[in-house]
Amino acid sequence: MSENNREQFRPDDHPNEHFLLTSIVGSYPKPKWLNRVSDLADDPDSKFTEEQLHEAHDDACRVIVDEHERTGLDTVSDGEMRRNEMVEFFADRIDGYEFNGPVKVWGHNYFDKPSVADDVEYAESWLVDEFEFTQAAASKPVKVPITGPYTLASWSFNEAYDDDAELSYALADLVNEEIEALVDAGARYIQIDEPALATTPDDHAIVGECLDRIVAGVPDEVRIGLHVCYGDYSRIYPELLEYPIDEFDVELCNGDYEQIDVFADPEFTTDLALGVVDVHTTEVESVEEIKENIREGFKVVPPENLTVSPDCGVKLLPREVARRKIENMVTATREIETELDAGEIDLGPEVSAD
Amino acid sequence: MTELVATTPGLYPLPDWAKDELSELKGHQKGDLISGDEGPEIVETYDRARSEVVGAQVDAGLDRVVEGQLRWDDMLAHPLTVHENVETGGIVRYYDNNNFYRDPQVRGELTPSGDVAAELEAVETDDLQAVLPGPYSLADLATDEYYGDEADFLDAVAGFLAGEVGEFPSHETLFLLEPSLVENPPGDDGGERASEAVDRVAEATDADVVVHTYWGAVPEKTYAHLMDADVDAIGFDFVTDPDASLYNINEYGTKDAVAMGLVDGTNTLVESPETIRDRVEWVDERTHTDFERAYLTTNTELFYLPVNKFEAKLAALGDAAALAEVDA
Repeated sequence: MSENNREQFRPDDHPNEHFLLTSIVGSYPKPKWLNRVSDLADDPDSKFTEEQLHEAHDDACRVIVDEHERTGLDTVSDGEMRRNEMVEFFADRIDGYEFNGPVKVWGHNYFDKPSVADDVEYAESWLVDEFEFTQAAASKPVKVPITGPYTLASWSFNEAYDDDAELSYALADLVNEEIEALVDAGARYIQIDEPALATTPDDHAIVGECLDRIVAGVPDEVRIGLHVCYGDYSRIYPELLEYPIDEFDVELCNGDYEQIDVFADPEFTTDLALGVVDVHTTEVESVEEIKENIREGFKVVPPENLTVSPDCGVKLLPREVARRKIENMVTATREIETELDAGEIDLGPEVSAD
Repeated sequence: MTELVATTPGLYPLPDWAKDELSELKGHQKGDLISGDEGPEIVETYDRARSEVVGAQVDAGLDRVVEGQLRWDDMLAHPLTVHENVETGGIVRYYDNNNFYRDPQVRGELTPSGDVAAELEAVETDDLQAVLPGPYSLADLATDEYYGDEADFLDAVAGFLAGEVGEFPSHETLFLLEPSLVENPPGDDGGERASEAVDRVAEATDADVVVHTYWGAVPEKTYAHLMDADVDAIGFDFVTDPDASLYNINEYGTKDAVAMGLVDGTNTLVESPETIRDRVEWVDERTHTDFERAYLTTNTELFYLPVNKFEAKLAALGDAAALAEVDA
């Protein structure tokens, strides 16, 4: 927040004076063949090996990075091709965690909810290999999503700590360690995912304390985003403005921007990363529709503080739908920039919203 | 001397093999959940799973045996979501958990269905404990699109549950689970109605009736009304809020029997039998009441746990009751 660290992501050949950073939230649909070979690697009767699965992950990562670049995104990712689930993946790499088996979420949908059976410790890097591979495969800057400590704590059984706040803080220190390693490896754009905050908004101070620990010692040029989704934001606003982040990333397209006014008063003082395509409908929004959605963001922040992204991870969409949504999102953003350059969009607060 | 009875509030996790088989047979979507008229293959799978969880309770030495409520895809809302005059709406959050159920929208008269009675008929035991949502919680979890008035709706739900109980096979105990009395307690004139609704269900059985509350303690006004209900025991969540539970007991008294939620149904940390026994003593020393009987149980339903920890908790409860008896 102390400086504008978004300019570093402006591409050299950016066509417009205005620059609305385009980005993704994280997950992307896995190619069907990757799911098939993952099953094969799990099957003891198959000859498919872990090494071959690793090779398949590398291939998938290259494919998705390329797909992101072809849509024109300013910052890309590998679509989390190597990750199975947003808590399990990390719990698997943190000492102190154990897995006991699946538990019900709803109906016959289960989740391998891990237990924190002992003090959590940083044992091995979580994401540095993934980041280095993705960075080598990409020509654009790479964004790294990390599940936040509050969500890692809330979506686990806590056997070892007095309460979930204590566990969250211990995990925040590990996230800080991982971010330092990622920064050393060259990462400049990191997003902390805290979906659990939406279900228990009264814990916003715990998330704030976690973020203080997470960013301790992280250089200012590293852009830190916070992603939250599907909540009642009036319960965490304006408190979230105190968070030590560069960008707050929020899903609002799904709710037709009913909550956008929440962020208008008091003044929004960090950058807003606004969800402009819905990840829960397979209908691909038109460029015109998305431009309308982007304009919703101007009710909260000026163009130089607006980032454009999908509502959430797009992994549940058919891959082609996901690609077309992102493509339209980028096209809409570039058209808005052109209109801003030409002075065709009036940002004055005195102008009515029509 | 207090008789210690090891039991649970039911709603068990499916054995892992049954999770797989039933996912395969039923599917993962909203429309694939239990409807009450499932085909023979699904029925047979649930039969096998039921035998397994009944066996687990016998092995653990529990004094009461529940059916396990393995078919209850919608948790405590189940008796309504399978009802012919109820439509299921969207997926909604189950209390303050990362769990979801189908919103039961009541669109016609709540006549008895016999669904739960049929499950209980399938259990072979002399120590049967029936489990149902309490009327207040079931009404709270549902959406009324038919009765039009809150009091009438609660009355209809109580009548419906009483009708279900009327069809039950012989049982030793009936647990009525009333977490909504804690999570969304009734307003000023609602406490008395909630208590009368419990009465209406309790009257339908000769068995001992326990109204079990959890996710914390019932607010004191609601508790005072609940004490008017003609039940054999009230159940307390001594895991989440032991002090407020004690306060209710010491301030307003309680029944001659008590259910003590001493084992955490939502955490994989397994309490030892000695720890459970210590907790019994902790309650005993602070209540100055000579209970005729104490049901030792988990505070919540058990489907939140993975199977290995669920089984370990059953064993700990069974052992705790046996240990304490020896000591007493």
